[in-house]
Amino acid sequence: MAFNHKNLIDIREYSSDDIMLILETAARFKEVNERRIKQVPTLKGTTIVNMFNEPSTRTRSSFEIAEKRLSANSLNFGGSSTSTVKGESLTDTVKTLCAYKIDLIVVRDKHAGVPRKIADTSGVGVIDAGDGRHQHPTQALLDLYSIWEAGRDFNGLNVGIVGDIANSRVCGSLVPALKTLGANVCLIAPPTLLPARPDVLGADEVSANLDATLPELDVVYMLRIQRERMEGAPYPSLREYNRLFGLTRDREHLMRDDALICHPGPINRGVELDSFMADHPKRSLILDQVYAGILVRMAAMYLLLGGSHDGVDA
Amino acid sequence: MSGSSQSGAAEASVPTGSVCMDADDITRAITRIAHQILESNKGATGLALVGILTRGDYLAKMLHDKIEEIEGVDLPIGALDISFYRDDYLEHFSPEVLSTDIRFDINGKTIILIDDVLYTGRTIRAALDALMDIGRPRAVQLAVLVDRGHRELPIRADYVGKNVPSASEQAVRLFLEEVDGVPSAVEIISTDDGSHIGSAPLPRIKGE
Repeated sequence: MAFNHKNLIDIREYSSDDIMLILETAARFKEVNERRIKQVPTLKGTTIVNMFNEPSTRTRSSFEIAEKRLSANSLNFGGSSTSTVKGESLTDTVKTLCAYKIDLIVVRDKHAGVPRKIADTSGVGVIDAGDGRHQHPTQALLDLYSIWEAGRDFNGLNVGIVGDIANSRVCGSLVPALKTLGANVCLIAPPTLLPARPDVLGADEVSANLDATLPELDVVYMLRIQRERMEGAPYPSLREYNRLFGLTRDREHLMRDDALICHPGPINRGVELDSFMADHPKRSLILDQVYAGILVRMAAMYLLLGGSHDGVDA
Repeated sequence: MSGSSQSGAAEASVPTGSVCMDADDITRAITRIAHQILESNKGATGLALVGILTRGDYLAKMLHDKIEEIEGVDLPIGALDISFYRDDYLEHFSPEVLSTDIRFDINGKTIILIDDVLYTGRTIRAALDALMDIGRPRAVQLAVLVDRGHRELPIRADYVGKNVPSASEQAVRLFLEEVDGVPSAVEIISTDDGSHIGSAPLPRIKGE
C-alpha cells in the first residue's frame, strides 16, 4: 500500500484508501497508548513546530501529546507572542522557522488558506490544525476513527451534522471525507446558520427540521454553538435553538436504537446537547473522539514523515 | 544456550534460487528448537513466546504447539510489531498495518523471541527495545529459523534452525503455506528483482 502525501491540508486530496490507511495506522497506536511506557522512538530526532496563531488548548495539547509519544522534538510557536504582532510577514516567519531546520509544521490560523501558503513557502510538510472556516482535517479523521472503531461501516452510513454549519471548519473536512468513504450526509441547521452554498460542501441533503431527520440517522454529529455568535442576529435565543436543534433527552425516542452521538468539543451543555445525551453510555462517542485525536494525529505524523514510502521490509 | 554458533557469512554462499529448507526441514528444526528451549530452561516454567511480525509470529505458533505436544504446557504467546522501533524508518518505510498483540504480563518471564531470518541484527535490536517498553522480562532468548550471517550489531541467536551462509546481494526468504499459499520453504532469492531483503511482505493487508 502506498501513501504519498507530504501534507495534510485538504482532506479532498486523500483517497478512501489513504483515509482508511490513517485509521488502520491509528488503531496500531492504541497498543502504545495503553501500556505503561506510552512512547515509541519512531520520530526520534525530528522537529515539529506547532504554530498556533489562534487560541487553542485542546487541539494543541492533542498534537503535543501525539508528538511526544512518537519521540519527536516539538516547539510551540505562536500565541500572543507571535511575530506577526510585531509586524513580521507570514512568509518571513515561516522562513525563520525553516532556518531552524525543522521537519513538519502544524498550523492553526484564523485565516483560511494559511496552511497551504506555509506549505508552498517552506517546503516542509504541513498539517492543517484548523484554518478559518475552511478545514480541520485531523478533526474529521478522529471523527471517522471513532465511528469506525464503534464498528460502523461508512458505506451507506447516514450521518447528520447539526448546528452552525456556516462557521464550521469541522464540516469543511468532515463532509468531503464522509462522502469519499461512501456515507450519506445531511446538514441540519436553521437557514441562518447554513453557508450561502451548502452544496459546495458536497452534502446530500439539507434540512431545517431535526425531528423529521433524526429517525434516519446512524450518527448524529452535533456542532458546538458559539454563544457569542448566537446571541443576536442568527437566532433569537439559545433557549429557542435548544428547543428546535438541541439533542435532548426528550428527542431520544426519535433516534435509532444504535444511533451514535459525536461532538467535536468543547460542549455547551444545555445548548446543543443536554447532559443526558452528552454522557449517554451507549450512544455518546465524545470521549472516544478525544482519545481518537491522539491516535489519528500520531498516525498522520507517522505516515507523513515516513521515509521513501517504498515498502522495504528488512 | 544451544551449541549453534554464528555463521561465517563471508564464506561460500549457497546459489541463488535454491531451496535451503523444505517444509519437512522446517518442522524438524522447530522440533529440535523446542527441545533445546526446554532443555536449556529446564522445562517450560516461566517461559513465554513472542514472534516478530510478519513471519516470526507463525513460527512462534509452531513452537508453541510443539512445546505443548512435548511438555503438555500451553505457553503464553504474543506477536510483536517493530515498525515504530526501526532505525531506518526515516529512510525506508512500509505502511503495513500490523499491531503488537501481547496479552500477558511479560514482567519476570523468560521471553523466547522468535524471528524467521537473522541477518543484520537490526530487527532484533528494535524488537528488544519494543519488548523493554512493554515490561521487564527476566531474560530474553532468541530463536531463529535461519541465521544468514552479515551481522552489523553484536547480536547472537540462542537457537538456530539452520545456518545459511549467503551473499548480501541475496535474500533469504521464508515462505509459509498458511500465509503465502505455497509449500513452506526457506529459499535463497536474488534481491535485484525488486524484492526486499528479509521477510516477504504479507500478501494481504488487513486492519484489526
